[in-house]
This record gives sequence, C-alpha cells and structure tokens, in this order.
Amino acid sequence: MTESHAIEAKSLKVHFQTSAGLVRAVDGVDLAIPKGAFHGIVGESGCGKTTLARAIVGLQSATEGQVTILGRDRADWARADRKGFARSVQFIFQDPLGSMSRRQTVGQTLEEPLLIHGLGNAAARKARLAELLDLVALPATVLDRLPRSLSGGQRQRVSIARALALNPQVLICDEPLSALDVSVRAQIVNLFARLQAQLGLTIVIVAHDLAIVREVCSSVTVMYLGRVAEQGGTRPLFADPAHPYSQALLSAVPSPDPRIEAVRPRILLEGDPPSPRNPPPGCRFSSRCPLVEAQCRVLEPDLRRVQHGGLAACHLAHAQSHAVI
Amino acid sequence: MTAPVYSVEDLVIDLYTPSVSVRAVDGASFQVRPGETLAIVGESGSGKTVMTLGPLGLLPEGVAVDLKGLARADGRDLLRLSPGDLSALRGGFFGVIFQDPMSALNPMLKIGPQLARQAQLYAGLSAEAARREAVSLLARSGIPDPEDRYDRYPHELSGGMLQRAMIALALAARPRVLIADEPTTALDATVQAQILALIRQIQQEDGIAVVLITHDIGAVSVLADRVIVLYAGQIAEEGTAIDVLTAPAHPYTRGLLASVPDFRSEIASGTREIPGIPPNQAQLMPGCRFAERCDRVQPACHSHRPRLQTITRGEVPHRVACPVIIAAEGIATHD
Repeated sequence: MTESHAIEAKSLKVHFQTSAGLVRAVDGVDLAIPKGAFHGIVGESGCGKTTLARAIVGLQSATEGQVTILGRDRADWARADRKGFARSVQFIFQDPLGSMSRRQTVGQTLEEPLLIHGLGNAAARKARLAELLDLVALPATVLDRLPRSLSGGQRQRVSIARALALNPQVLICDEPLSALDVSVRAQIVNLFARLQAQLGLTIVIVAHDLAIVREVCSSVTVMYLGRVAEQGGTRPLFADPAHPYSQALLSAVPSPDPRIEAVRPRILLEGDPPSPRNPPPGCRFSSRCPLVEAQCRVLEPDLRRVQHGGLAACHLAHAQSHAVI
Repeated sequence: MTAPVYSVEDLVIDLYTPSVSVRAVDGASFQVRPGETLAIVGESGSGKTVMTLGPLGLLPEGVAVDLKGLARADGRDLLRLSPGDLSALRGGFFGVIFQDPMSALNPMLKIGPQLARQAQLYAGLSAEAARREAVSLLARSGIPDPEDRYDRYPHELSGGMLQRAMIALALAARPRVLIADEPTTALDATVQAQILALIRQIQQEDGIAVVLITHDIGAVSVLADRVIVLYAGQIAEEGTAIDVLTAPAHPYTRGLLASVPDFRSEIASGTREIPGIPPNQAQLMPGCRFAERCDRVQPACHSHRPRLQTITRGEVPHRVACPVIIAAEGIATHD
C-alpha cells in the first residue's frame, strides 16, 4: 500500500453465477492509480470495465481480492464509516436520468447529500448550491426544474454537481459520455478536465471513446475479457502499444481525416471477443491474436514492464521490445 | 457523370404526434449515384434518419407524417406511390441495414431461409438457386461456416455476426441502393472496423449506391465519398468527404469537427466545444437554426433563413448555407 495511490486493487475478482454458467466479469485485476490522476479504463463490451469500476467503490461485491482507497481498505472503511466514505468517494452513472429521482427538482437533488451529511444551515446550503452550479456551468434557473425537462448534457452536469456536493477526493464515472451527442460530449469532457485541474480530484472514467481518453486522461488501463491487457501513461501507450490487443483496438478507431484513412494500414481482428463465461485457456486474447504462439494458448501471461514504461500482459512483450501486428 | 440512382428534391417532412408537430426535414435535396457512398451526418434530432427513411415509408408507427417534395427512384416518385407499390420497390430497390439487427431479422425463423426468401421474392431466383445465393451471401458477409449458420436462429449468433447476417439479408434482394442507418453505433471498436470494411468491400464489388446515416465522423471518414451535414432538419453543408471533413465552411460543421479529437494528430486539439444544445424543432425561429449556438452570428441570421450557395473547394462544387462565412472569408459563389 502506497500513500501516493488514490486507488489500489489487488487480485480483484468479480464472478457472477448465472443460469448459463459462471461469468468471470473481472478475473484477477491489479490496479494502482496515483492521487491526482485522470485515469481511463477502456475495452469492449464484456471486458469487465464497468464491473471493475463498480467493484472499486463497492456497488458490486468482489468475489476475491482487495481494494484500497486513499490508503484505507475500502470494505472496512465503508462498513465503519459509511458517511465518511461517501464524502470522499463518489460515483457517476452512465444514465443520469436513471440515477436521479424523477420527482425531485434539481435543487432538491443537489441539496439532498448536504442534508444527509448535516452540512451547513439553510443559507450555507443555498450558497453551496450556487457554487456547485457555477462549477458545472449551469444557470440558477435549473434549480426548480425536474430532470426530465433537462437536455442530456444538462442532466449529466447535474449528476456531476451532485457528486461534487460533498467535496470528494475520488470520482469514479461509468461511461458518463456515451449517451451524449458529439458536440455536447466535448462540453462534458472539458468540464471533467477543468474540474480535475481546479479541484485536484482523482478521476477514474470508464470510456469506450479512445480519442477522448487520449485527450483528457493521464493514464489508462486496457481491459480484455476480465483482465488487464495493458496499462500506462496515455500518450506513451497510445503511441506505441505493447499488447497486440491494444494495437488492434487503437487501429480500429478511424481518423476523422479521410486523407489519413485512405492510406492508413488497419488491423482487422477475426471474429468477436469470446464470452466471459468461457474465456480461452492461456492468454485470453490468444483465440484472436494474429501473433499467437504455442505458449500463449497454455500459459496466462502476467503483467510485465514494457517499453513505454507501463505494463502489458503479453508473452511477446519485453522491457526493450515487443511484437507488432 | 452517371445519373443519380436515387434523388430527393425539396423534401419537407412534418411529423405529428398527439401533443406536438415538428418540421423534421425542411426543404432538403440530395442525390446519390451508383457506386457512390453518401454520408448524411447529424446529431440526434437533426432529422437524418427521417430524411432518408421517410420517403421509403419507414418511419416509426404512431406518428402521423406529411411528406412534400419529390423522391425519385427507378423512374418513379416514391411520394406518389401506393403503399403496395412502395413496399415492392422498397424490397427490391432499396436494402436497409439498421443499428439493431433484430429489427430486420425475424427471431422465430432460421437465418438462411430468411435470406433465401428475399432472394426468391425480389431477385426472382428459384428455391434451389435462392438457397445457394443465401449461403454465398453469408460467406461474402464474412460469416464463417455459412452452411452451418444457414440453419441457425438469430439468437444463436453473436452481435457482430448478427450485424453481418443483416447485411446479407439487405443484399439478398440485390438492391441498387443500400441504406445504412447507424450501422456501427452499437458495436465495439474492433467489430465496427470489421463492419465498415465489409460495407466498403460490398460496395466496391457490386457498385451499388450507399447512403450512410451516422453521427460518427470516423465512419464517414472511412466510407464516404460525399457528405451532407444536417442541422435541425436543414442542410448546412454538402461536398466531398475530403472537403467537408478537412476544409469545412459552415460554422456548425467546423464546431462539430473540432469537438471530435483525432488521437493520431500530434497537435492536442483540446476538444473544442459548441455551446448550447440543438433547438427544439417544435418551436423554430424563422432564421438560421444554428444562430443560437453560432460564434459567427450576425443580427440578420436570426431573421433570414440562409440558402445553400455553391462554392468551389478544389475541383468540385460544395454547398454551404452560411452567407456570413461566405462574405467574411471572401469565398466566391457560383449561383
């Protein structure tokens, strides 16, 4: 456990028993996110990124492993001091409408955490509400409105303001951008970046838009079928991904410039990701990896230090070099 | 230049629900030629789907629709066909792929027979030939072991495979125009890349016209020859994909592209944003619909609706509905 880490996960597993068998949604994840980081978790459906985010804050109970937040064991902390934990760690959901009461006005929604935690008198709460609206750039007129009458972008601003009401140190967000239109998405991305700089928060954001992750995140975790495939500083990792899956994932994102797109070589993987009910033996990417070797099909690779300074779980990646598709 | 295979002129579409009426499309014209991919780009509520699927009679039920203008395909005006004739033309002339494959495939029937039926009905094949055609379409769509998949039900296929099966279904009638409505939105990045590559390959092999409805600039960049940018039911800009995406003229197009970061570019683009939100089309103002959010707005923009003017970018004509930019940047116009 390191004091400088906001979040640490060790051998974290989340398994679900379903009628169709055991789903290994998160299957042995190690993660260390430094204080003040803006960390992205990326990967495709079924990779376990949302389950991981939920398990970090305890919205999902872990089957195995341990999560430490701000130097304290998360499970102990939340049990011993539920309110103190909530003041420090907040979660933002993908669908703001689903996470708010439809019958509460924005003002009531924002004031509720202050009331629950007994923060300030009526005048102080009113002042805090004004401050919060200011932080997320919403006009005071929204206070009397119901969530349904707001646009998607405004709703997401309200849910961010609510999460900030208690001055948390850690903010975990599950795909907060995916329901938004392109032009509005940029507004919310910029809002996150500004809040992070202004308030010194540690932000973890689950995302599938890689271009946005590269814009705002300082570090990134790439997940594949419940495991970490690669991890590191966003720019060095994006510039030279060591894991073949990261290489394919990044290659799959088209450039908005058709002149680049016309000449750019693309990596096309075969098939879909396998089901997390039935991951392949050995390396989980071995069934789709164009560079697969015999060892990959039997031996699960551990995370190791790679060229860009981060970590990758690939038998063909080393500190000095790695295989390239 | 070959004649357009599908063209729409001065299309106006009003939608009525019990509580509101909305002018979803307000005087749009476009055409697409064989072998060409036209992308219709806009955000939710821009009218891109209504504009493209409306003339084909493919709009949600429970909404009353009033269409005005012309929509020409196969020598006929779609807006003046009886529902029966429109349905026949739609089946054979237009193939449609949707965001959700299950809106096209019947969950109760095996995949292969659904394709074979289309081929029999619209491409006029015998039962035997239709079966062979169905298997070969599954193979062409990149479905491994097509003979086996022929006898599978939709629920037995993964998301990416279902998307491929739907593309095969749309192709079974040998359409002249393939309309793809957000074909990759629900898919993961690596599967998205596969599907875009497949659509491009089919288009090149068959020389059919493709109309791509999307909000995804990346998909436009991969597939489109020409682009129409739609804002609140009106065409803001139209031109070749390279011109529109690399030298946009309309303030909305510029704002939209600036809010899409490119991680291959070394310059941090800083994700610029367009302030505000798209207008409520039930209560539209008379002038330019983008005026409220525009950084180049002039007083006249609020009262005068801008018309599309033709300018030249490179060799090809390009149309822009913004007199402010045209005047401010001294852009020559041709009409």
